[in-house]
Amino acid sequence: MEALWLSLCLAFCVAAILLVVGTPLAYWLSQTRWRGKFLIESVIALPLVLPPTVLGFYLLVVMGTDGPLGKLWTAWFGHTLAFTFAGLIIASVLYSLPFAVQPLVMAFESVDTRLLDAGAILGAGRWRIFRQILLPLSLPGVITAVVLSFAHTLGEFGVVLMVGGNIPGVTRTVSIDIYDHVQSLDYAAANRMAIALVFISFAVLSTIYAVNRRVWSPWPTK
Amino acid sequence: MANEVNIRSAIRSAALEAQFRFKRPGHAAGAFELHVDFQIDSGITILFGPSGAGKSTLLDCIAGLLKPGSARIALNGEILQDSATHIFLSPQQRRLAYLFQSPALFPHLTVEQNVSFGLNNSNEGDRASRAQDLLAAFRVEHLARRKPGQISGGEAQRVALARSLVTSPRALLLDEPLKGLDSELKSAIFDDLRAWNRVRQLPILYVTHQRDEVDALSERVIAIDRGQIIAQGAPHSVLDAPRKKRLAYAAGFENHLSAVVQDVRESDGVMRVRLASSETELEVPLGYAAAGTRVHIAIRAGDILLAARKPEGLSARNILDGTIDSMEVMGTTVVCRVSAGAMFLVHVTPGALRSLGLVPGQRVWLVIKTHSCHLVEE
Repeated sequence: MEALWLSLCLAFCVAAILLVVGTPLAYWLSQTRWRGKFLIESVIALPLVLPPTVLGFYLLVVMGTDGPLGKLWTAWFGHTLAFTFAGLIIASVLYSLPFAVQPLVMAFESVDTRLLDAGAILGAGRWRIFRQILLPLSLPGVITAVVLSFAHTLGEFGVVLMVGGNIPGVTRTVSIDIYDHVQSLDYAAANRMAIALVFISFAVLSTIYAVNRRVWSPWPTK
Repeated sequence: MANEVNIRSAIRSAALEAQFRFKRPGHAAGAFELHVDFQIDSGITILFGPSGAGKSTLLDCIAGLLKPGSARIALNGEILQDSATHIFLSPQQRRLAYLFQSPALFPHLTVEQNVSFGLNNSNEGDRASRAQDLLAAFRVEHLARRKPGQISGGEAQRVALARSLVTSPRALLLDEPLKGLDSELKSAIFDDLRAWNRVRQLPILYVTHQRDEVDALSERVIAIDRGQIIAQGAPHSVLDAPRKKRLAYAAGFENHLSAVVQDVRESDGVMRVRLASSETELEVPLGYAAAGTRVHIAIRAGDILLAARKPEGLSARNILDGTIDSMEVMGTTVVCRVSAGAMFLVHVTPGALRSLGLVPGQRVWLVIKTHSCHLVEE
Protein backbone atom coordinates (compact mmCIF):
# COMPACT_ATOMS: atom_id res chain seq x y z
CA MET A 1 0.00 0.00 0.00
CA GLU A 2 3.01 2.22 0.44
CA ALA A 3 3.52 2.15 -3.33
CA LEU A 4 -0.09 3.16 -3.98
CA TRP A 5 0.13 6.08 -1.58
CA LEU A 6 3.38 7.19 -3.21
CA SER A 7 1.79 7.06 -6.69
CA LEU A 8 -1.21 9.11 -5.55
CA CYS A 9 1.10 11.69 -3.95
CA LEU A 10 3.17 11.90 -7.09
CA ALA A 11 0.12 12.21 -9.34
CA PHE A 12 -1.39 14.89 -7.13
CA CYS A 13 1.82 16.96 -7.03
CA VAL A 14 2.35 16.65 -10.79
CA ALA A 15 -1.26 17.62 -11.59
CA ALA A 16 -0.99 20.66 -9.31
CA ILE A 17 2.32 21.78 -10.80
CA LEU A 18 1.06 21.25 -14.35
CA LEU A 19 -2.00 23.37 -13.62
CA VAL A 20 0.22 26.23 -12.46
CA VAL A 21 2.80 25.85 -15.24
CA GLY A 22 0.52 24.67 -18.04
CA THR A 23 -2.12 27.39 -17.75
CA PRO A 24 0.11 30.39 -18.60
CA LEU A 25 1.89 28.32 -21.26
CA ALA A 26 -1.41 27.30 -22.86
CA TYR A 27 -2.72 30.89 -22.62
CA TRP A 28 0.35 32.16 -24.39
CA LEU A 29 0.06 29.48 -27.10
CA SER A 30 -3.62 30.29 -27.65
CA GLN A 31 -3.07 34.05 -27.96
CA THR A 32 0.29 34.45 -29.68
CA ARG A 33 0.61 35.21 -33.35
CA TRP A 34 4.29 34.32 -33.34
CA ARG A 35 5.23 32.32 -36.39
CA GLY A 36 7.56 29.98 -34.53
CA LYS A 37 4.75 28.81 -32.27
CA PHE A 38 4.64 25.40 -33.96
CA LEU A 39 8.17 24.69 -32.69
CA ILE A 40 7.09 25.09 -29.07
CA GLU A 41 3.98 22.99 -29.76
CA SER A 42 6.14 20.23 -31.20
CA VAL A 43 8.50 20.23 -28.23
CA ILE A 44 5.57 20.01 -25.80
CA ALA A 45 4.05 17.14 -27.80
CA LEU A 46 7.31 15.14 -27.99
CA PRO A 47 6.50 12.91 -24.95
CA LEU A 48 3.42 11.70 -26.85
CA VAL A 49 5.50 10.02 -29.53
CA LEU A 50 8.84 9.24 -27.89
CA PRO A 51 9.21 5.98 -25.97
CA PRO A 52 9.41 6.78 -22.24
CA THR A 53 12.88 5.27 -22.17
CA VAL A 54 14.23 7.99 -24.48
CA LEU A 55 12.86 10.80 -22.31
CA GLY A 56 13.94 8.91 -19.19
CA PHE A 57 17.43 8.39 -20.53
CA TYR A 58 18.04 12.06 -21.28
CA LEU A 59 16.46 13.11 -17.99
CA LEU A 60 18.79 10.74 -16.20
CA VAL A 61 21.75 12.29 -18.03
CA VAL A 62 20.65 15.82 -17.18
CA MET A 63 19.71 15.04 -13.59
CA GLY A 64 22.62 12.68 -12.84
CA THR A 65 25.56 13.65 -10.63
CA ASP A 66 27.47 15.00 -13.65
CA GLY A 67 24.46 16.50 -15.46
CA PRO A 68 23.87 20.28 -15.41
CA LEU A 69 20.62 20.08 -13.45
CA GLY A 70 22.01 17.37 -11.16
CA LYS A 71 25.08 19.50 -10.31
CA LEU A 72 22.96 22.55 -9.59
CA TRP A 73 20.63 20.50 -7.41
CA THR A 74 23.49 18.93 -5.47
CA ALA A 75 25.05 22.35 -4.91
CA TRP A 76 21.78 23.70 -3.48
CA PHE A 77 20.37 20.76 -1.55
CA GLY A 78 23.43 18.67 -0.80
CA HIS A 79 22.09 15.44 -2.32
CA THR A 80 21.61 14.13 -5.85
CA LEU A 81 18.43 14.65 -7.85
CA ALA A 82 18.22 11.34 -9.69
CA PHE A 83 16.53 8.49 -7.80
CA THR A 84 14.63 10.89 -5.49
CA PHE A 85 10.95 11.83 -5.24
CA ALA A 86 11.75 15.37 -6.44
CA GLY A 87 13.49 13.96 -9.49
CA LEU A 88 10.44 11.83 -10.15
CA ILE A 89 8.20 14.90 -10.01
CA ILE A 90 10.35 16.82 -12.50
CA ALA A 91 10.41 13.88 -14.90
CA SER A 92 6.66 13.30 -14.59
CA VAL A 93 5.85 16.97 -15.16
CA LEU A 94 7.73 16.90 -18.45
CA TYR A 95 6.28 13.55 -19.42
CA SER A 96 2.66 14.62 -18.74
CA LEU A 97 3.02 18.18 -20.06
CA PRO A 98 1.12 17.61 -23.35
CA PHE A 99 -1.78 16.04 -21.44
CA ALA A 100 -2.23 19.27 -19.53
CA VAL A 101 -1.35 21.85 -22.19
CA GLN A 102 -3.35 20.47 -25.11
CA PRO A 103 -6.79 20.45 -23.43
CA LEU A 104 -6.07 23.91 -22.03
CA VAL A 105 -5.10 25.33 -25.42
CA MET A 106 -8.17 23.74 -26.99
CA ALA A 107 -10.40 25.21 -24.29
CA PHE A 108 -8.87 28.70 -24.54
CA GLU A 109 -9.09 28.70 -28.32
CA SER A 110 -12.72 27.61 -28.34
CA VAL A 111 -13.82 30.68 -26.38
CA ASP A 112 -15.39 33.21 -28.78
CA THR A 113 -12.80 35.96 -29.25
CA ARG A 114 -15.62 38.50 -29.45
CA LEU A 115 -16.25 37.84 -25.73
CA LEU A 116 -12.64 38.80 -25.00
CA ASP A 117 -13.00 41.84 -27.28
CA ALA A 118 -16.17 42.81 -25.44
CA GLY A 119 -14.28 42.63 -22.16
CA ALA A 120 -11.53 44.89 -23.51
CA ILE A 121 -14.04 47.42 -24.86
CA LEU A 122 -15.70 47.47 -21.43
CA GLY A 123 -12.36 48.47 -19.93
CA ALA A 124 -11.15 45.18 -18.47
CA GLY A 125 -7.39 44.60 -18.60
CA ARG A 126 -5.77 41.37 -19.78
CA TRP A 127 -5.63 39.82 -16.31
CA ARG A 128 -9.27 40.59 -15.55
CA ILE A 129 -10.37 39.25 -18.95
CA PHE A 130 -8.39 36.08 -18.30
CA ARG A 131 -9.69 35.61 -14.76
CA GLN A 132 -13.32 36.60 -15.24
CA ILE A 133 -14.08 35.57 -18.82
CA LEU A 134 -11.56 33.20 -20.37
CA LEU A 135 -10.86 30.95 -17.39
CA PRO A 136 -14.50 30.42 -16.26
CA LEU A 137 -15.51 29.63 -19.83
CA SER A 138 -12.60 27.19 -20.15
CA LEU A 139 -13.41 25.33 -16.94
CA PRO A 140 -14.21 22.00 -18.66
CA GLY A 141 -10.80 22.15 -20.37
CA VAL A 142 -9.08 22.95 -17.07
CA ILE A 143 -10.74 19.97 -15.40
CA THR A 144 -9.83 17.70 -18.29
CA ALA A 145 -6.21 18.89 -18.10
CA VAL A 146 -5.96 18.21 -14.37
CA VAL A 147 -7.58 14.78 -14.64
CA LEU A 148 -5.53 13.68 -17.60
CA SER A 149 -2.25 14.73 -16.04
CA PHE A 150 -3.24 13.05 -12.77
CA ALA A 151 -4.31 9.80 -14.44
CA HIS A 152 -1.37 9.74 -16.84
CA THR A 153 1.11 10.23 -14.00
CA LEU A 154 -0.59 7.56 -11.91
CA GLY A 155 -0.07 5.00 -14.65
CA GLU A 156 3.42 5.87 -15.87
CA PHE A 157 6.12 3.24 -15.80
CA GLY A 158 9.02 3.72 -18.20
CA VAL A 159 10.15 7.16 -17.13
CA VAL A 160 9.84 6.28 -13.45
CA LEU A 161 11.93 3.19 -13.93
CA MET A 162 14.66 5.15 -15.74
CA VAL A 163 14.81 8.19 -13.47
CA GLY A 164 13.52 6.92 -10.12
CA GLY A 165 14.77 3.39 -9.94
CA ASN A 166 13.06 1.24 -7.36
CA ILE A 167 13.49 2.61 -3.85
CA PRO A 168 10.61 1.64 -1.54
CA GLY A 169 8.81 4.67 -0.13
CA VAL A 170 10.77 7.08 -2.33
CA THR A 171 10.42 6.12 -5.97
CA ARG A 172 8.70 2.74 -5.93
CA THR A 173 5.33 3.58 -7.49
CA VAL A 174 2.42 1.23 -8.10
CA SER A 175 3.41 0.29 -11.63
CA ILE A 176 6.96 -0.56 -10.55
CA ASP A 177 5.60 -2.49 -7.60
CA ILE A 178 3.36 -4.56 -9.86
CA TYR A 179 6.26 -5.23 -12.21
CA ASP A 180 8.37 -6.33 -9.24
CA HIS A 181 5.71 -8.70 -7.95
CA VAL A 182 5.32 -10.26 -11.37
CA GLN A 183 9.07 -10.69 -11.68
CA SER A 184 9.12 -12.56 -8.37
CA LEU A 185 6.07 -14.59 -9.49
CA ASP A 186 3.92 -13.20 -6.65
CA TYR A 187 0.79 -12.92 -8.81
CA ALA A 188 -1.56 -12.46 -5.87
CA ALA A 189 0.26 -9.32 -4.70
CA ALA A 190 0.49 -8.02 -8.28
CA ASN A 191 -3.22 -8.54 -8.71
CA ARG A 192 -4.08 -6.66 -5.50
CA MET A 193 -2.13 -3.63 -6.69
CA ALA A 194 -3.36 -3.84 -10.26
CA ILE A 195 -7.01 -4.04 -9.18
CA ALA A 196 -6.56 -1.09 -6.84
CA LEU A 197 -5.09 0.95 -9.70
CA VAL A 198 -7.90 -0.02 -12.06
CA PHE A 199 -10.55 1.01 -9.53
CA ILE A 200 -8.90 4.28 -8.59
CA SER A 201 -8.39 5.25 -12.23
CA PHE A 202 -11.96 4.34 -13.10
CA ALA A 203 -13.35 6.25 -10.12
CA VAL A 204 -11.38 9.39 -10.95
CA LEU A 205 -12.25 9.35 -14.63
CA SER A 206 -15.93 8.57 -14.18
CA THR A 207 -16.36 11.20 -11.48
CA ILE A 208 -14.78 13.84 -13.65
CA TYR A 209 -16.66 12.92 -16.80
CA ALA A 210 -19.92 13.01 -14.86
CA VAL A 211 -19.06 16.45 -13.47
CA ASN A 212 -17.70 17.68 -16.76
CA ARG A 213 -21.01 17.22 -18.50
CA ARG A 214 -22.63 19.51 -15.98
CA VAL A 215 -19.82 22.00 -16.30
CA TRP A 216 -20.58 22.26 -20.00
CA SER A 217 -24.13 23.46 -19.48
CA PRO A 218 -23.52 27.23 -18.89
CA TRP A 219 -21.83 27.22 -22.27
CA PRO A 220 -23.67 29.53 -24.72
CA THR A 221 -26.07 28.10 -27.24
CA LYS A 222 -24.01 28.39 -30.39
CA MET B 1 -13.41 83.57 -22.94
CA ALA B 2 -16.28 83.50 -25.37
CA ASN B 3 -13.75 83.84 -28.14
CA GLU B 4 -11.84 80.82 -26.97
CA VAL B 5 -15.00 78.74 -26.90
CA ASN B 6 -15.71 79.81 -30.46
CA ILE B 7 -12.27 78.82 -31.63
CA ARG B 8 -12.58 75.50 -29.85
CA SER B 9 -15.88 74.68 -31.44
CA ALA B 10 -14.54 75.75 -34.80
CA ILE B 11 -11.60 73.37 -34.47
CA ARG B 12 -13.82 70.64 -33.15
CA SER B 13 -15.88 70.51 -36.29
CA ALA B 14 -16.47 66.78 -36.33
CA ALA B 15 -16.98 64.45 -33.40
CA LEU B 16 -15.11 61.51 -34.88
CA GLU B 17 -12.42 61.83 -37.51
CA ALA B 18 -10.74 58.82 -39.02
CA GLN B 19 -8.29 58.34 -41.80
CA PHE B 20 -6.42 55.11 -42.04
CA ARG B 21 -5.17 52.32 -44.19
CA PHE B 22 -5.41 48.76 -42.96
CA LYS B 23 -3.97 45.83 -44.84
CA ARG B 24 -4.91 42.29 -44.07
CA PRO B 25 -2.24 40.09 -45.58
CA GLY B 26 -3.23 36.96 -47.38
CA HIS B 27 -3.30 35.21 -50.69
CA ALA B 28 -5.06 36.68 -53.68
CA ALA B 29 -8.57 36.07 -52.37
CA GLY B 30 -7.83 36.65 -48.70
CA ALA B 31 -5.84 39.86 -49.10
CA PHE B 32 -7.81 42.94 -48.33
CA GLU B 33 -7.08 46.61 -48.00
CA LEU B 34 -9.23 49.12 -46.22
CA HIS B 35 -8.48 52.75 -47.01
CA VAL B 36 -10.82 55.36 -45.63
CA ASP B 37 -10.98 59.00 -44.69
CA PHE B 38 -14.13 60.39 -43.13
CA GLN B 39 -15.58 62.53 -40.38
CA ILE B 40 -18.86 62.15 -38.59
CA ASP B 41 -20.83 64.43 -36.29
CA SER B 42 -22.96 63.59 -33.31
CA GLY B 43 -26.08 61.62 -34.10
CA ILE B 44 -26.47 58.53 -36.22
CA THR B 45 -24.35 57.92 -39.31
CA ILE B 46 -25.00 54.78 -41.30
CA LEU B 47 -22.10 52.81 -42.70
CA PHE B 48 -23.66 50.97 -45.59
CA GLY B 49 -22.23 48.39 -47.93
CA PRO B 50 -22.38 44.79 -49.09
CA SER B 51 -20.93 41.92 -47.04
CA GLY B 52 -17.18 41.81 -47.25
CA ALA B 53 -16.92 45.54 -47.93
CA GLY B 54 -14.82 46.03 -44.80
CA LYS B 55 -17.43 47.49 -42.47
CA SER B 56 -16.60 45.37 -39.43
CA THR B 57 -12.87 45.80 -40.02
CA LEU B 58 -13.38 49.56 -40.07
CA LEU B 59 -15.13 49.46 -36.69
CA ASP B 60 -12.44 47.19 -35.24
CA CYS B 61 -9.80 49.74 -36.27
CA ILE B 62 -11.70 52.59 -34.62
CA ALA B 63 -12.24 50.54 -31.47
CA GLY B 64 -8.54 49.67 -31.26
CA LEU B 65 -9.08 45.92 -31.66
CA LEU B 66 -7.09 46.11 -34.87
CA LYS B 67 -4.10 48.37 -35.39
CA PRO B 68 -3.98 49.90 -38.86
CA GLY B 69 -0.49 50.56 -40.12
CA SER B 70 -0.93 54.19 -41.00
CA ALA B 71 -3.70 56.00 -39.25
CA ARG B 72 -5.00 59.12 -37.62
CA ILE B 73 -8.14 58.64 -35.57
CA ALA B 74 -9.47 61.29 -33.21
CA LEU B 75 -12.55 61.59 -31.06
CA ASN B 76 -13.70 65.06 -29.99
CA GLY B 77 -10.20 66.30 -30.75
CA GLU B 78 -8.48 63.64 -28.64
CA ILE B 79 -6.13 61.40 -30.57
CA LEU B 80 -6.98 57.69 -30.38
CA GLN B 81 -4.31 56.68 -32.81
CA ASP B 82 -1.69 58.63 -34.69
CA SER B 83 0.92 56.55 -36.44
CA ALA B 84 3.03 59.66 -37.11
CA THR B 85 3.59 60.19 -33.38
CA HIS B 86 3.24 56.51 -32.43
CA ILE B 87 0.18 57.11 -30.29
CA PHE B 88 -2.09 54.10 -29.94
CA LEU B 89 -4.71 53.99 -27.22
CA SER B 90 -5.79 50.50 -26.22
CA PRO B 91 -9.47 49.56 -26.51
CA GLN B 92 -9.67 49.92 -22.72
CA GLN B 93 -8.47 53.53 -22.89
CA ARG B 94 -10.73 54.62 -25.74
CA ARG B 95 -13.99 54.53 -23.80
CA LEU B 96 -16.18 53.64 -26.76
CA ALA B 97 -19.21 51.41 -26.92
CA TYR B 98 -19.03 48.68 -29.53
CA LEU B 99 -21.86 46.29 -30.29
CA PHE B 100 -20.92 43.31 -32.42
CA GLN B 101 -23.10 41.36 -34.81
CA SER B 102 -23.61 38.81 -32.04
CA PRO B 103 -24.63 40.12 -28.61
CA ALA B 104 -21.45 38.53 -27.16
CA LEU B 105 -22.93 38.42 -23.68
CA PHE B 106 -20.78 36.59 -21.14
CA PRO B 107 -22.65 33.27 -20.91
CA HIS B 108 -21.54 32.44 -17.37
CA LEU B 109 -22.75 35.74 -15.87
CA THR B 110 -26.30 36.90 -15.23
CA VAL B 111 -27.78 39.72 -17.27
CA GLU B 112 -27.16 42.13 -14.42
CA GLN B 113 -23.55 40.98 -13.97
CA ASN B 114 -23.04 41.40 -17.70
CA VAL B 115 -24.27 44.97 -17.59
CA SER B 116 -22.25 45.89 -14.50
CA PHE B 117 -19.07 44.28 -15.87
CA GLY B 118 -17.91 47.61 -17.26
CA LEU B 119 -18.31 49.35 -13.89
CA ASN B 120 -15.42 47.69 -12.16
CA ASN B 121 -14.22 50.82 -10.41
CA SER B 122 -17.39 51.85 -8.66
CA ASN B 123 -18.66 50.38 -5.40
CA GLU B 124 -21.16 47.56 -5.24
CA GLY B 125 -24.25 49.73 -4.64
CA ASP B 126 -23.49 52.19 -7.44
CA ARG B 127 -22.85 49.35 -9.87
CA ALA B 128 -26.16 47.70 -9.12
CA SER B 129 -28.22 50.88 -9.39
CA ARG B 130 -26.47 52.01 -12.58
CA ALA B 131 -26.97 48.59 -14.15
CA GLN B 132 -30.63 48.72 -13.15
CA ASP B 133 -31.02 52.17 -14.75
CA LEU B 134 -29.63 50.98 -18.07
CA LEU B 135 -31.65 47.76 -18.04
CA ALA B 136 -34.76 49.85 -17.41
CA ALA B 137 -33.89 52.26 -20.25
CA PHE B 138 -33.88 49.33 -22.64
CA ARG B 139 -36.83 47.60 -20.97
CA VAL B 140 -35.09 44.44 -19.85
CA GLU B 141 -34.93 45.01 -16.08
CA HIS B 142 -37.12 41.97 -15.50
CA LEU B 143 -34.36 39.74 -16.92
CA ALA B 144 -31.67 40.87 -14.46
CA ARG B 145 -31.23 37.48 -12.77
CA ARG B 146 -31.36 35.36 -15.92
CA LYS B 147 -28.41 33.92 -17.80
CA PRO B 148 -27.92 34.92 -21.46
CA GLY B 149 -28.85 31.38 -22.54
CA GLN B 150 -32.33 31.89 -21.11
CA ILE B 151 -33.40 35.02 -23.00
CA SER B 152 -34.50 35.65 -26.59
CA GLY B 153 -32.36 37.11 -29.37
CA GLY B 154 -34.07 40.49 -29.23
CA GLU B 155 -33.71 40.62 -25.46
CA ALA B 156 -30.04 39.67 -25.75
CA GLN B 157 -29.44 42.59 -28.12
CA ARG B 158 -31.17 44.98 -25.72
CA VAL B 159 -29.00 43.70 -22.87
CA ALA B 160 -25.88 44.03 -25.03
CA LEU B 161 -26.86 47.61 -25.85
CA ALA B 162 -27.40 48.38 -22.15
CA ARG B 163 -24.07 46.75 -21.28
CA SER B 164 -22.14 48.77 -23.84
CA LEU B 165 -23.70 52.07 -22.73
CA VAL B 166 -23.22 51.57 -19.01
CA THR B 167 -19.64 52.84 -19.12
CA SER B 168 -20.71 56.31 -20.35
CA PRO B 169 -18.96 55.87 -23.69
CA ARG B 170 -17.95 58.82 -25.85
CA ALA B 171 -19.07 57.25 -29.12
CA LEU B 172 -21.06 54.22 -30.25
CA LEU B 173 -20.04 51.67 -32.83
CA LEU B 174 -22.90 49.38 -33.80
CA ASP B 175 -22.17 46.51 -36.17
CA GLU B 176 -25.46 45.20 -37.57
CA PRO B 177 -26.68 44.76 -34.01
CA LEU B 178 -30.26 44.03 -35.04
CA LYS B 179 -29.53 41.38 -37.61
CA GLY B 180 -32.25 38.76 -37.68
CA LEU B 181 -34.80 40.71 -35.65
CA ASP B 182 -38.18 41.56 -37.13
CA SER B 183 -38.80 45.14 -38.18
CA GLU B 184 -41.27 45.90 -35.39
CA LEU B 185 -38.75 44.88 -32.76
CA LYS B 186 -36.07 46.82 -34.62
CA SER B 187 -37.96 50.07 -34.69
CA ALA B 188 -38.78 49.73 -30.98
CA ILE B 189 -35.07 49.35 -30.22
CA PHE B 190 -34.25 52.27 -32.54
CA ASP B 191 -36.71 54.45 -30.62
CA ASP B 192 -35.09 53.55 -27.30
CA LEU B 193 -31.64 54.22 -28.72
CA ARG B 194 -32.69 57.60 -30.11
CA ALA B 195 -34.31 58.54 -26.79
CA TRP B 196 -31.13 57.57 -24.97
CA ASN B 197 -28.98 59.67 -27.31
CA ARG B 198 -31.24 62.72 -27.38
CA VAL B 199 -29.58 64.32 -24.37
CA ARG B 200 -26.14 62.84 -24.85
CA GLN B 201 -25.62 63.72 -28.51
CA LEU B 202 -22.91 61.12 -29.06
CA PRO B 203 -21.62 60.21 -32.50
CA ILE B 204 -23.05 56.84 -33.50
CA LEU B 205 -21.64 54.83 -36.37
CA TYR B 206 -24.19 52.23 -37.39
CA VAL B 207 -23.21 49.47 -39.78
CA THR B 208 -25.79 47.72 -41.88
CA HIS B 209 -26.38 46.28 -45.31
CA GLN B 210 -30.12 46.36 -44.96
CA ARG B 211 -32.10 49.00 -46.72
CA ASP B 212 -34.98 49.11 -44.21
CA GLU B 213 -32.59 49.99 -41.39
CA VAL B 214 -31.15 52.85 -43.44
CA ASP B 215 -34.63 54.21 -44.08
CA ALA B 216 -35.65 53.83 -40.43
CA LEU B 217 -32.59 55.40 -38.87
CA SER B 218 -30.55 57.51 -40.99
CA GLU B 219 -29.51 61.06 -41.05
CA ARG B 220 -26.36 60.55 -43.05
CA VAL B 221 -24.96 57.60 -44.98
CA ILE B 222 -21.42 56.57 -45.82
CA ALA B 223 -21.37 53.91 -48.51
CA ILE B 224 -18.39 51.59 -48.56
CA ASP B 225 -17.36 48.89 -50.97
CA ARG B 226 -14.21 46.80 -51.23
CA GLY B 227 -12.50 48.78 -48.53
CA GLN B 228 -13.19 52.19 -50.07
CA ILE B 229 -15.72 54.90 -49.36
CA ILE B 230 -17.63 55.30 -52.61
CA ALA B 231 -20.29 57.83 -51.64
CA GLN B 232 -21.50 59.80 -48.66
CA GLY B 233 -24.34 62.18 -47.91
CA ALA B 234 -28.10 62.09 -47.43
CA PRO B 235 -29.58 58.58 -47.69
CA HIS B 236 -31.63 59.11 -50.84
CA SER B 237 -28.78 60.68 -52.77
CA VAL B 238 -26.35 57.93 -51.80
CA LEU B 239 -28.61 54.94 -52.12
CA ASP B 240 -31.11 55.80 -54.83
CA ALA B 241 -28.54 56.62 -57.45
CA PRO B 242 -25.87 54.04 -56.81
CA ARG B 243 -22.68 54.89 -58.58
CA LYS B 244 -21.04 51.54 -58.42
CA LYS B 245 -22.55 48.44 -59.83
CA ARG B 246 -21.75 46.25 -56.83
CA LEU B 247 -23.40 48.62 -54.41
CA ALA B 248 -26.60 48.51 -56.42
CA TYR B 249 -27.08 44.89 -55.47
CA ALA B 250 -27.01 45.81 -51.82
CA ALA B 251 -29.33 48.76 -52.32
CA GLY B 252 -31.98 46.52 -53.75
CA PHE B 253 -31.61 46.91 -57.49
CA GLU B 254 -32.36 43.51 -58.91
CA ASN B 255 -32.05 44.40 -62.59
CA HIS B 256 -28.73 45.24 -64.18
CA LEU B 257 -28.63 45.90 -67.87
CA SER B 258 -25.75 46.53 -70.16
CA ALA B 259 -26.61 49.09 -72.85
CA VAL B 260 -25.17 51.45 -75.47
CA VAL B 261 -26.13 55.13 -75.61
CA GLN B 262 -28.03 55.88 -78.86
CA ASP B 263 -28.76 59.58 -78.67
CA VAL B 264 -28.63 62.27 -76.01
CA ARG B 265 -31.50 64.77 -75.67
CA GLU B 266 -30.03 67.31 -73.35
CA SER B 267 -33.00 69.69 -73.45
CA ASP B 268 -35.31 66.90 -72.28
CA GLY B 269 -32.79 65.69 -69.70
CA VAL B 270 -32.93 62.18 -71.08
CA MET B 271 -31.10 59.85 -73.40
CA ARG B 272 -32.03 56.72 -75.26
CA VAL B 273 -30.03 53.56 -74.82
CA ARG B 274 -30.21 50.24 -76.62
CA LEU B 275 -29.88 47.08 -74.56
CA ALA B 276 -26.91 44.94 -75.46
CA SER B 277 -27.65 42.10 -77.89
CA SER B 278 -31.22 43.19 -78.62
CA GLU B 279 -33.25 45.84 -80.39
CA THR B 280 -34.98 47.00 -77.22
CA GLU B 281 -34.53 50.66 -76.39
CA LEU B 282 -34.99 52.45 -73.08
CA GLU B 283 -35.29 56.10 -72.19
CA VAL B 284 -33.11 56.87 -69.18
CA PRO B 285 -32.08 60.04 -67.32
CA LEU B 286 -29.25 62.04 -68.79
CA GLY B 287 -25.81 60.88 -67.71
CA TYR B 288 -22.28 61.87 -68.47
CA ALA B 289 -22.06 59.64 -71.50
CA ALA B 290 -21.79 60.43 -75.19
CA ALA B 291 -23.59 58.49 -77.93
CA GLY B 292 -21.94 55.14 -78.57
CA THR B 293 -20.61 54.64 -75.05
CA ARG B 294 -21.44 51.61 -72.99
CA VAL B 295 -23.42 52.18 -69.79
CA HIS B 296 -25.03 50.13 -67.06
CA ILE B 297 -28.64 50.59 -66.03
CA ALA B 298 -29.99 49.46 -62.66
CA ILE B 299 -33.74 49.08 -62.09
CA ARG B 300 -35.52 47.90 -58.96
CA ALA B 301 -37.79 44.90 -59.53
CA GLY B 302 -40.44 46.73 -57.52
CA ASP B 303 -40.31 49.80 -59.81
CA ILE B 304 -41.47 47.90 -62.88
CA LEU B 305 -45.19 47.61 -63.62
CA LEU B 306 -46.62 44.56 -65.33
CA ALA B 307 -49.59 44.86 -67.71
CA ALA B 308 -51.58 41.98 -69.22
CA ARG B 309 -52.76 44.21 -72.11
CA LYS B 310 -50.82 46.82 -74.00
CA PRO B 311 -51.21 50.00 -71.93
CA GLU B 312 -52.04 53.34 -73.53
CA GLY B 313 -52.08 56.93 -72.42
CA LEU B 314 -49.39 56.56 -69.77
CA SER B 315 -46.76 59.10 -68.81
CA ALA B 316 -44.19 56.34 -68.47
CA ARG B 317 -41.83 56.47 -71.43
CA ASN B 318 -40.75 52.85 -71.49
CA ILE B 319 -43.26 50.17 -72.45
CA LEU B 320 -41.61 46.90 -73.37
CA ASP B 321 -43.25 43.90 -75.01
CA GLY B 322 -42.29 40.57 -73.44
CA THR B 323 -43.29 37.11 -72.20
CA ILE B 324 -43.30 35.64 -68.72
CA ASP B 325 -40.52 33.12 -68.38
CA SER B 326 -41.16 31.87 -64.84
CA MET B 327 -42.73 32.92 -61.57
CA GLU B 328 -41.66 32.19 -58.00
CA VAL B 329 -43.49 33.04 -54.78
CA MET B 330 -41.14 34.40 -52.10
CA GLY B 331 -43.11 35.27 -48.97
CA THR B 332 -45.53 38.04 -49.87
CA THR B 333 -43.78 38.82 -53.16
CA VAL B 334 -44.01 37.05 -56.48
CA VAL B 335 -40.81 37.27 -58.48
CA CYS B 336 -41.54 37.15 -62.22
CA ARG B 337 -38.83 36.64 -64.76
CA VAL B 338 -39.88 38.40 -67.92
CA SER B 339 -38.07 38.14 -71.23
CA ALA B 340 -38.26 41.48 -73.06
CA GLY B 341 -35.07 41.97 -75.01
CA ALA B 342 -33.26 41.11 -71.81
CA MET B 343 -34.32 39.14 -68.74
CA PHE B 344 -36.12 41.44 -66.29
CA LEU B 345 -36.98 40.61 -62.68
CA VAL B 346 -40.35 42.08 -61.70
CA HIS B 347 -41.95 41.99 -58.26
CA VAL B 348 -45.74 41.80 -58.02
CA THR B 349 -48.06 40.94 -55.15
CA PRO B 350 -49.87 37.58 -55.04
CA GLY B 351 -53.16 39.52 -55.35
CA ALA B 352 -52.03 41.20 -58.57
CA LEU B 353 -50.94 37.83 -59.89
CA ARG B 354 -54.41 36.39 -59.27
CA SER B 355 -56.41 39.34 -60.67
CA LEU B 356 -54.29 39.52 -63.84
CA GLY B 357 -54.32 35.72 -64.12
CA LEU B 358 -50.65 35.64 -65.03
CA VAL B 359 -49.12 32.34 -66.15
CA PRO B 360 -45.69 31.46 -67.54
CA GLY B 361 -45.52 31.87 -71.32
CA GLN B 362 -48.06 34.71 -71.31
CA ARG B 363 -47.45 37.90 -73.26
CA VAL B 364 -47.08 40.95 -71.01
CA TRP B 365 -45.93 44.57 -71.15
CA LEU B 366 -43.37 46.09 -68.82
CA VAL B 367 -43.88 49.72 -67.83
CA ILE B 368 -40.78 51.55 -66.56
CA LYS B 369 -40.56 55.25 -65.73
CA THR B 370 -37.52 57.07 -67.04
CA HIS B 371 -36.41 58.00 -63.54
CA SER B 372 -36.67 54.42 -62.33
CA CYS B 373 -33.71 53.70 -64.59
CA HIS B 374 -30.50 54.46 -62.72
CA LEU B 375 -27.20 54.92 -64.44
CA VAL B 376 -24.44 52.99 -62.77
CA GLU B 377 -20.72 53.46 -63.19
CA GLU B 378 -18.63 50.42 -63.90
